[in-house]
Amino acid sequence: MRLTRITRTGGGLTQAPAPAGLPPGAPVAEGAPPKRARRQLPFRRSRSQLLVLAPSFLVLGIFVYGFIAYTIRVSLSKWQGVAPTLQVEHPLGTTFKALAQTARFQADMRNVVIFTVLFLLLAILAGLVLALLVHDTLIARGLFRSVFLFPYALSFIVTGVVWRWIFTPSTGANLILDKLGIHHGPKWITDPTVVGDVSKQLDAIIPGGHFIQVKLGIPLAIIPVVIAASWQLAGFAMANFLAALSSLDPQLREAASLDGAGWWQYQRRIVVPLLWPMMVAIGVILAHVSLKSFDLVYAMSGQGPGFATDVPGIFVFEQTFRALRWNTGAAASVVMFVLIAAVVLPYLYRRTVKEAR
Amino acid sequence: MSTLAATRGRRLVRLPRLRPSRPLRKGDLAIVGALALLAVLVLAPIYVMVSAGFKPPAQADARHMWELPQSLGLGGFRGAWDALGPNFVNSLMIAIPAVVISSMIGAVNGYVFAKMPFRGSNVVFLAMLLGMFIPYQVILVPMVRFLQEIQLYGTIQGLILVHVIYGIPITTLIFRNYYATIPSELVHAASVDGAGQRQIFRHVMLPLSIPGFIVCGIFQFTNIWNDFIFGITVVPDSAKQPITVALNNLSGNFSVDWNVVMAGAVLAALPTAVVYILLGRFYVRGLVAGALK
Repeated sequence: MRLTRITRTGGGLTQAPAPAGLPPGAPVAEGAPPKRARRQLPFRRSRSQLLVLAPSFLVLGIFVYGFIAYTIRVSLSKWQGVAPTLQVEHPLGTTFKALAQTARFQADMRNVVIFTVLFLLLAILAGLVLALLVHDTLIARGLFRSVFLFPYALSFIVTGVVWRWIFTPSTGANLILDKLGIHHGPKWITDPTVVGDVSKQLDAIIPGGHFIQVKLGIPLAIIPVVIAASWQLAGFAMANFLAALSSLDPQLREAASLDGAGWWQYQRRIVVPLLWPMMVAIGVILAHVSLKSFDLVYAMSGQGPGFATDVPGIFVFEQTFRALRWNTGAAASVVMFVLIAAVVLPYLYRRTVKEAR
Repeated sequence: MSTLAATRGRRLVRLPRLRPSRPLRKGDLAIVGALALLAVLVLAPIYVMVSAGFKPPAQADARHMWELPQSLGLGGFRGAWDALGPNFVNSLMIAIPAVVISSMIGAVNGYVFAKMPFRGSNVVFLAMLLGMFIPYQVILVPMVRFLQEIQLYGTIQGLILVHVIYGIPITTLIFRNYYATIPSELVHAASVDGAGQRQIFRHVMLPLSIPGFIVCGIFQFTNIWNDFIFGITVVPDSAKQPITVALNNLSGNFSVDWNVVMAGAVLAALPTAVVYILLGRFYVRGLVAGALK
């Protein structure tokens, strides 16, 4: 047998330390393959590994890393209009500076941050509540699970097209509010109001005067989009929570009830803390979806009134392929990439590289 | 459905039991009541789009969106098929080959990462995995230029190529996690018997891989069918666009009847919905398995 080397974890006797608080067998733990399978495998040196992986690695090297490098290069160029040019701008970084001072892009950054925070809160909370209820129901558990996960199978465009009409003031939700006696319902996706503006206070702190050109607060029009996105992805959170819940020790519940804990106390004091690692995992995935968001907003509300629902994803698309400001679009996409990498990379690194050690 | 997963004994995740284990109490009814209420809320938008497709012309606008159909017809769906039928076919022609090719690539890669780890394989894996998280906006310009260069810009083949390439990370991840659940003893036994890695993969692993292929296939089919950003940037010709892009155009066209747009949304949702309903159990596995980890 080609037992060239024994892995660092030794002969398979020592139990690899589980990550803090992670229930054994929780799906997130599969970032690294289950320890048992892995420990028995020695590293092997063989040409076939290289031969198999080389094409994929090469392709991704070019199409992911090479292309990102190219886009960064474009963001530092003068390229605008039809004729491609990679001539370097002078001074370097002019495009990024101009981008930071563009009112629309400032609104986009505000929107995507507010959207991400509200969406994470709503989708994770809804997913958690659904999971706790579905896990505990004795009737029609499979049916409920399927119903709540169903929206996740749909495309963001479908979601956007339908929810757009639910949150159009003259139809949808307001028709129901009207029946309930509320005759002038909210303006939903057409509302340009931004509440809780702190731009004046921030402007006073930031040296150099009027840098912030938009109201820094919560654009009300973004709330319907948050609801639609949560509708689509709460089921995803639920499915992951359910997987974590099913790996909890059933004796926990007996012990809790012996100690006199009721349903609510058991969930709050015991289950939810144990679900924390899963919550972090779901949070990272949903945050990256939200920072990338494009299709849903594009189909549901577009830029919105006064860029109230515009996001960087739409900005990049329109600057690049509609306005042909290639360098501006590229710069904005680099900002998106950096934002997402900041959220995802530390997590991915912990899951794949560190955990395998 | 559950028997298949259970008898094979290598589910990627454990799912909750489906049968009551004790007599019902009052609290159980409260839970079911809450769930039923939530289910109605979640299904409301689905009701809006499905019922719109069946409604007669008199009810075919958004002001009647919550009403039950006064009579049943197929007018909305007929209109939607006239407008979106060709794009529906395009989406199939894009998704099916892309799913098959990217699943095969993922299977081979996943096998290497799961069963033939080498020094630094985790770093290599991480580097590949990152490709799944990037916002595609950051690669669109070079991608379009590349496709123009190789004469595939604006073609369905071009879109297939794009989906295969950017599908490599997720399919590799799904298969790596899947093969990790298959006992390594099998690999050892075969290699003691003198089988080479290629033989082991083909004769030992592949026959065991069907559930893996189903999970991966469903996941990729959903991803590719639901794609919008590649469709709208790679294919400007509306006759060759996938259904998501065509639906968005239809929805922005105010001369089109509202119920036709809603029926179009149903049409665009149908294939993934059918896959979900038929293969739901595998779907959950793929989703939880692909959820990064």
